[in-house]
Amino acid sequence: MTVTEQTLALFGGIAVVLTAASLIGLLLQRRYAAEGPNAVIDNLNSRIKAWWVMVCVISIAFAFGKAGVIVLFAFASFTALREFMTLLPTRRGDHYALGAAFFVVLPLQYYLVWIEWYGLYSILIPVYAFLLLPIVAALRGDTTNFMRRVAEVQWALMICVFCISHVPALLTLPIPDYEGRQVLLIAFLVVVVQSSDVLQYVWGKLLGSRKIAPLLSPSKTVEGFVGGVASASLIGAALWWITPFAPWQAGIMALMINLMGFLGGLVMSAIKRDRGVKDWGHMIEGHGGMLDRLDSVVFAAPIFFHITRYWWTI
Amino acid sequence: MRSSGSVRVLTVRVGQMIDMLVGMAVTLLARAVTGVRGEWQGCAPEARPRVYFANHSSMGDFVLVWTVLPPALRRNTRPVAGADYWTVNATRRFFADRVFHSVLIDRNWLTRKGDPVKQMTDALDADASLILFPEGTRNMTEERLLPFKSGLYHLAMARPQVELVPVWLENLNRMMPKGEVFPVPLLCTVTFGAPLTISAQEDKSAFLERARAALLAAASARAAAQ
Repeated sequence: MTVTEQTLALFGGIAVVLTAASLIGLLLQRRYAAEGPNAVIDNLNSRIKAWWVMVCVISIAFAFGKAGVIVLFAFASFTALREFMTLLPTRRGDHYALGAAFFVVLPLQYYLVWIEWYGLYSILIPVYAFLLLPIVAALRGDTTNFMRRVAEVQWALMICVFCISHVPALLTLPIPDYEGRQVLLIAFLVVVVQSSDVLQYVWGKLLGSRKIAPLLSPSKTVEGFVGGVASASLIGAALWWITPFAPWQAGIMALMINLMGFLGGLVMSAIKRDRGVKDWGHMIEGHGGMLDRLDSVVFAAPIFFHITRYWWTI
Repeated sequence: MRSSGSVRVLTVRVGQMIDMLVGMAVTLLARAVTGVRGEWQGCAPEARPRVYFANHSSMGDFVLVWTVLPPALRRNTRPVAGADYWTVNATRRFFADRVFHSVLIDRNWLTRKGDPVKQMTDALDADASLILFPEGTRNMTEERLLPFKSGLYHLAMARPQVELVPVWLENLNRMMPKGEVFPVPLLCTVTFGAPLTISAQEDKSAFLERARAALLAAASARAAAQ
């Protein structure tokens, strides 16, 4: 199959799954309509609706190729960074540092991904932003909570820009016999992570009883975790045909992605709990903010990128 | 005669359309930068004259209130603003008159000719709602909310049946602190609290204190809802 045929086959499969989900949602709504409003079913249906929108947006981006994918994830980074910064107790003395993060670091990072300058986009934020932004903040002279403030801004950039930019950066990997197909690696990562999130939710709702991290995320259960991660890893193995991996390798990659995604979700929950909020924002109906949807992608993307780069590229 | 009349009608129509498009562009821009959300905590949006009174920290404040109102209400909601700022040049005058339909008040009480309370009641009597900043000026201090000026009291006395809706604006002051030259994108919220009306025996300071407390209550309702 050509890359176009594979992409169409993948999106066709996703459309079938979403159609089935929409029908189930509709049936559930009909069946329980007599018992009055049901928050769980309403939330499920708005989530499914939002999934349709997200899949449409991603397929439009894919249709525009590299430019489309980079613009999409730059936009995701922008909205994620805005959600993150909104929750930080920043002070006036951080204004230049925040401005630099939004208007210099973020566009520069995606520009470097665009021109495929691996040597610089992989150190721009961990090295240059890490050293320069505290200098900018220090020059403003406000020392209150200084260490904490610069650390938080750096963390926001790492999570929202550095990590997310490693999704489009997959396009730049020179993998033998896989030229021009790297967009499918993005599809693999996103489909595996998101189906893990969805399946953890489904398994948890169906069988969940033992809480796995009651202090961090009271809705996550052992049953949801095991069932979700196992079934999403099988989905990953079954998707080997869109990747440069053998089926068993695709399965292991998917397992690694799912574990990172799950643990990343816990980390992001810890931050939300500390800041006293349930969701990062309200951008995506039923899901919360951009970061609520991307938290597991954030933690999986750089590791997936580097493992693929180390073992599969020339 | 007839043709010149229809040309005039056409010009007016096109003018109105441009005003509306500029208004839509302003709300789109506000949404793109601030991701602003309206939260109707203490009341629902209703199509009757009301006075929305809000905390004031930036020039963008009334734009955000205006943006989160349902479009049908937005067209009929007029910000009360200082004439000194909005009549300086043609661009500001265009936005104040044609886009936002502002009620422009001469803030200098020594030189002013019109009665600001009458300007506001005229607008309410013509079925419009108002957006008002009772602190009177932008709050550039560390205080959450400055003491209210008496305008809100005089307006409430003149139209005691009109509901006064407290509106808490969050984060706009963080986006562009005083003296900074560029804004930083942060998510903003506009929280509508429980409406109040003036009671018969209430004196000025008691009423203003109650209104101020209602606005602070809307702010805490916002914090609790997160």
